[in-house]
Amino acid sequence: MSDTKKFLYVNRKAPYGTIYALESLEVVLIGAAFEQDVQLLFMDDGVFQIAKGQDTKGIENKNFSPTYTALGDYEITKMYVSQESLDERGLTIDDLMPLTYEDEDDDWAEKSSIIVVNNAEIAALMEEQDVVLSF
Amino acid sequence: MMLHTVNKSPFEKNSLNSCLNCAAEGSTILLIEDGVYGALKGSSIADKVQAAMGKVTVCALGPDLAARGIADKVIDGIKVVDYAGFVALSVENDKVQAWL
Amino acid sequence: MKFTIQVNEGPYQHQSSDTAYQFTRAALEAGHEIFRVFFYHDGVNNATRLTTPPQDDRNVVTRWSELAEKHNLDLVVCVAAAQRRGIADADESKRNGKDADNLAPGFRISGLGQLIEGGIQSDRLVVFGD
Repeated sequence: MSDTKKFLYVNRKAPYGTIYALESLEVVLIGAAFEQDVQLLFMDDGVFQIAKGQDTKGIENKNFSPTYTALGDYEITKMYVSQESLDERGLTIDDLMPLTYEDEDDDWAEKSSIIVVNNAEIAALMEEQDVVLSF
Repeated sequence: MMLHTVNKSPFEKNSLNSCLNCAAEGSTILLIEDGVYGALKGSSIADKVQAAMGKVTVCALGPDLAARGIADKVIDGIKVVDYAGFVALSVENDKVQAWL
Repeated sequence: MKFTIQVNEGPYQHQSSDTAYQFTRAALEAGHEIFRVFFYHDGVNNATRLTTPPQDDRNVVTRWSELAEKHNLDLVVCVAAAQRRGIADADESKRNGKDADNLAPGFRISGLGQLIEGGIQSDRLVVFGD
């Protein structure tokens, strides 16, 4: 389909301190209905958006982190995470929520959506996009 | 190729640094708004900017340099453009990524 | 060439709306088409007609309205972001049981799908924000 474009959402901001992460997720959810080739990239403080164990009761904000785990159901199956950004923050992939999807081409096997990438891979990833939405 | 815009001072935010780390060879970086402080000659990040200029083209938005009084303190080799030049860069490159 | 412009910050607080305006004007002068300008996050605050800057300052809101009128631009304000921040046209105001509306001329309120459509239909999406 000629109307299908490669969309990359670049998430570089931490959640809660500002609204960017939440409103960016709202774009992702609406965008999923357009049947484009969608990918998410978490880098810099954006990696904190998908950190495990978020509990927002004390700040009386909505905890929107479970929504990331549901993105697989919207056929968003490629979530790139910057290795350098994890390293800088003393994090590993085990500090992130498990983000998965069911692979219809492989008998609905549950697979991880997370793909850890280095800076050179991020450069290549960006260059192959048609549209980059940055938040 | 991609046009990268950076609108943050490199002395306050890591946007320019992240952009320099992830810009593919042959791409163009345009410094706008407070991002133009990244074009300052002799600053602590100037060496990194100059080193990147071997593989990427670095430009700065003239009206933003002038507004901040640094138009005559720009690293040699950085191309200064106006808004029409900004538009032209976004046409020459086939996508634009804003390092907000 | 066809452009969609995204504006993520309000007027005066941040330069992004000014830069987006100058970019849009320069693109039009160069003969390009602006498919849409989409206002998101605090960018929806560019659309309140109640804005009253000092007389010796630019009026960011009317500047957008006038550019829209002159070039028949599609200025779209995200409905979800607008509701959070108290930007409403007469219909929205009525629907939400409010006693006032404030949408400036030349702007319209619509959904996030308009942004995605802009990305699909345009040759370039250029984002201005913080």
